[in-house]
Amino acid sequence: MNLPIYFDYSATTPVDPRVAEQMIQYLTQYFGNPASRSHQFGWDSEKAVEKARENVAALINANPKEIVWTSGATESNNLAIKGAAHFYQKKGKHIITSMTEHKAVLDTCRQLEREGFDITYLNPQSNGLIDLKELEAAVRDDTILVSIMHVNNEIGVITDIAAIGEMTRSHKVLFHVDAAQSAGKVPIDLATMKVDLMSFSAHKIYGPKGIGALYVRRKPRVRLEAQIHGGGHERGMRSGTLATHQIVGMGEAFRIAKEEMTTENQRIGKLRDKLLNALQDIEEMYINGDEKQRIAGNLNISFNFIEGESLMMALKDLAVSSGSACTSASLEPSYVLKAIGRNDELAHSSLRFTLGRFTTEEEVDYAIPLIRSNIEKLRDLSPLWEMFKEGIDLNSIQWDSH
Amino acid sequence: MAYSEKVLDHYEKPRNVGNLDKDDQSVGTGMVGAPACGDVMRLQIKVGDNGVIEDAKFKTYGCGSAIASSSLLTEWVKGKTLEEASAIKNTEIAEELALPPVKIHCSVLAESAVKSAIEDYNKKQKV
Repeated sequence: MNLPIYFDYSATTPVDPRVAEQMIQYLTQYFGNPASRSHQFGWDSEKAVEKARENVAALINANPKEIVWTSGATESNNLAIKGAAHFYQKKGKHIITSMTEHKAVLDTCRQLEREGFDITYLNPQSNGLIDLKELEAAVRDDTILVSIMHVNNEIGVITDIAAIGEMTRSHKVLFHVDAAQSAGKVPIDLATMKVDLMSFSAHKIYGPKGIGALYVRRKPRVRLEAQIHGGGHERGMRSGTLATHQIVGMGEAFRIAKEEMTTENQRIGKLRDKLLNALQDIEEMYINGDEKQRIAGNLNISFNFIEGESLMMALKDLAVSSGSACTSASLEPSYVLKAIGRNDELAHSSLRFTLGRFTTEEEVDYAIPLIRSNIEKLRDLSPLWEMFKEGIDLNSIQWDSH
Repeated sequence: MAYSEKVLDHYEKPRNVGNLDKDDQSVGTGMVGAPACGDVMRLQIKVGDNGVIEDAKFKTYGCGSAIASSSLLTEWVKGKTLEEASAIKNTEIAEELALPPVKIHCSVLAESAVKSAIEDYNKKQKV
């Protein structure tokens, strides 16, 4: 077992060796530009790109023609939201999203607000999920788009996008889903789910960084205004020479995911549950996000009266992340945890463990006593823990906020 | 973010963790910060008849730099007069621990913890 142990699979994943092997030949041997129609080099690359497109489409039961290559989920979200907003703005200028979306969605919406669009940011319930009735109530005559993520990157909760899709379709509103954290982890069937636009990333599912895709529905047809102009690649929706090796890597990653998702989820779920069960009896620990409706690899917990960054420092053999302000430049704790109603203290005290394909039972077994002993150590250091143990209500104290 | 060796040393082997009797007339207690902000420091000093700080204890809820700042502080104030202790500047703490700019507020908090403990002690002496 190598240290440190990687428990941050929601941040990114290592490239699967099977993926890397496929990619390498498209850097050195088959280096042609897939847009070169006049020779064998171009034809070979184009064939590889189209094969990858089929693999990506197959995982989500879509038509390969509905897949547009991008540089990653951030670009896909930008293209979907700005592209749809700009194209359909004559119909209306209202967009609905949620407060717990990824920054790639939230900041894109902020930009559209500056351009004169009206955005509704829905507050999730305390389990991290959006209430469908509340979402439907927010739909207006001038609503053109709803953008809700499939799986939340911090707390791992799974949104029922099939139900939202039925609702948006009945109101003739477009539905975009950020699926960066769900593809390869949760079944997606776009033949039955009424999703119009869906964003994907390769590096979250053992593919390379720097490549992603946007699903753009053909029936009923969804139109987008391009955000990047150039050679008219990807049917004019996204210009730029296709990165063959990256695309091949994403295709292989999606092919493997389709094959192994079911068994992999069972294995990872067992390891996650083992970790959770071993920590469950710790006093004043809170699980963030719905306990059942979440992906197999995610465990997000707050250990009250301990600050998250100091716990991560103690757990330097474990690569995890925290919602603590001290880990961000902004000095604000996680906006996701705050949106689900966690107070600042619990948001500061949160740790996110995300397990994945290469996590072993040995690693989980190593982590458990390390976490437990350091929680004890840091609570011994914590004046808040001491006060809690003495029965003092921390809310009754006049703190000097700085 | 990489931590300086001194921060790691204090974090891994914090000095003078614990409590002094807060009701003791010779003990001053300072508690600064707020849970909502992610750091709370409690510093206690025990002052001898000669006005010299004999003992100091701390407990801190906060990041590694906050813990290290308060640990270092307990070492520094021991053996100092109240006047000398109140002259400790946050910049000295930040410099000693090589704190990066985003962690300067930890040293600011430590400086106000000493001042607050001394204030508490002085208040007790007037009664």
